[in-house]
Amino acid sequence: MTPLSGYLIVAALLFSIGLAGALTRRNAILVLIGIELMLNAANLNLIAFWRYGPHPEALTGMMFAIFSIAVAAAEAAVGLGLVISIHRHAHTTDLDRMNRMKG
Amino acid sequence: MSIAFYLIAALTVAGGLAAVLLKNTVHCALALTVAFAGLALFFLQLDAQFAGFAQILVYIGAVAILVVFAILLTRGSETPKDGVFSKNWFVGLVIAAGVFAVLGWAVLQSGHVLPHETAVPVVTVLQIGNALMGRYVLPLEIVALLLTAAMIGAVIVALHEKESAK
Amino acid sequence: MIYTMDQIFVLLQHWLMGMLPAALQPIAGILLGVAAIVCLFPALFALTTVFERKGLARIQNRIGPNRVGPLGILQPVADGIKSLTKEDIVPLSADAAVHFLAPLVLVVAVFMGFAVLPMGRNMVLVDMDAGLLFFFAMGASTELAVFMAGWSSRNKYSLLGAMRAVAQMISYEVPLLMSSVAVVMIAGSLSLTKIVEAQNHYTWGLPHWYIFTPWGLAGFLMYAIATTAETNRSPFDLPEGESELVAGYHTEYSGFKFALFFLGEYLAMFSISGLGTTLFLGGWSAPFSFLGWVPSWFWFFSKMMLSIFVFIWMRGTLPRLRQDQLMNFAWKFVLPLTLVNLMVTVLWRFLGEGWQRWVFCSAILVLAYAAMGLAGMRRGHFGPRRYRYAE
Repeated sequence: MTPLSGYLIVAALLFSIGLAGALTRRNAILVLIGIELMLNAANLNLIAFWRYGPHPEALTGMMFAIFSIAVAAAEAAVGLGLVISIHRHAHTTDLDRMNRMKG
Repeated sequence: MSIAFYLIAALTVAGGLAAVLLKNTVHCALALTVAFAGLALFFLQLDAQFAGFAQILVYIGAVAILVVFAILLTRGSETPKDGVFSKNWFVGLVIAAGVFAVLGWAVLQSGHVLPHETAVPVVTVLQIGNALMGRYVLPLEIVALLLTAAMIGAVIVALHEKESAK
Repeated sequence: MIYTMDQIFVLLQHWLMGMLPAALQPIAGILLGVAAIVCLFPALFALTTVFERKGLARIQNRIGPNRVGPLGILQPVADGIKSLTKEDIVPLSADAAVHFLAPLVLVVAVFMGFAVLPMGRNMVLVDMDAGLLFFFAMGASTELAVFMAGWSSRNKYSLLGAMRAVAQMISYEVPLLMSSVAVVMIAGSLSLTKIVEAQNHYTWGLPHWYIFTPWGLAGFLMYAIATTAETNRSPFDLPEGESELVAGYHTEYSGFKFALFFLGEYLAMFSISGLGTTLFLGGWSAPFSFLGWVPSWFWFFSKMMLSIFVFIWMRGTLPRLRQDQLMNFAWKFVLPLTLVNLMVTVLWRFLGEGWQRWVFCSAILVLAYAAMGLAGMRRGHFGPRRYRYAE
């Protein structure tokens, strides 16, 4: 098993753990935690390919990962703002209870 | 596959597992921080210095604190009455296991076509700076706009309710 | 002889490394450097506690500790014995694991910052290409430790203190980073050794330190304000103000863990003043070119202790700022001024040598400061006080 395969397997494992967390937990914030884990796993993939792949362009992978980090931070901020706002309205963050369209 | 790789992998996966399995939400957020730190160590091991330090600065220094503040503001640190996993947790687990199986199989099957160990790409901060201002200036400006919009949007979304509640 | 005195620690390290077999030499070199830092800075911390208590006392017209040794020099020994032998009380409802880990995370994150400071010629532990970024990344990690301490104590006052401290540290992190970016723009590198070497030139005997330029002086003042707020020192020490919040986020800590918090706070002060001397005061370079025979590490540590003295002086002199006052100050005054400082730095660089750039840059900075000051002062309401209650 090449080193690259090792990193890809770890990234796949982290991705599926994040996916399991996003799909099974009740609290909306834990869903966002799962999403952050998935984004980080994708970043690990990008950097692993940047390191071990052939580079006609030595910078692309690193730039992609840096932009991904920035966008993920912005998305986390907006997502958490939404969760706080929903909590103010419904007084709960339990996703199993938020199963109606009526406010 | 050095011992450092296995140690960091164990740390990261343990952090990730703890982040989705623990009952106390704040403990989950702290375990997520451990997972972020493990990933930063991976980036440093892969000779991506700038990405590793940016990961620590942005994720541990900002996103983890955001998550923790949100947990505190939504009373998430109180223990839930009905359990922490939703009713259809088994389906979610099966889906995640399926995704991992497909990805793992794809990686292991294609072991012979994956690129081998090549020379370390030497990327200095000067090159990153020049690239950001040269070739990647358009994505940079778009990300700046995105961050501004996200900041203003988050402030409005989190602030507006209080005005109407008065 | 001068060279030997200047490089004495490096030569000592190489001599000790030479006594080991060749395979172990790199790791032995690094371990020796780490051991030196871990022994030296806590010793300086002990000295600084006495320095601070005597200094504050003299400013407040009293004597300070004078019983333990001659002039109270051995007071830290007494303090150390006290904090090691006190009972370690953990509240029953506190979160034991997080309560235990919080001081550890703080001290580890603060110690990591020392790895990139150039303490003398060739005396940096790890010479990284992105050294400044590493330093700020470690600084950002300390905020999480503060929150962990406050939350795990299950105490309203600790949590309030921790939230205030984290909000303050996040707010002042942006001016801190922006005032350092001005230095990076002129020096052209994020590596701290290169920044010091860019300042190590002399014109007519006077050094090229960045503090002697208009943008450097403004940047240094804003950096000083931001570091005072980052390390929760007076006048920004509301999170740990005794009269408001008992002891803030370290209320429920006793014995050695409290000593670790204390150590972490002072070490953070040392490392961030070390960074300030590297960025603005020329690091290890001597003030005048004819003083170049004095060892470089002497200059670094003197400048660092001078900054610590100024911190102590400010603590004894200025009253405490309220939380909303200090947040207003950060976002509405210091941050716009750092942006103006960045523009002025760009102007400095592209105007080229000559007297024009001195005049224009100074004029723009003074005008911006006056304008923001006037705008801030115009909004003082001096009518009846409006109250806002918690919903």
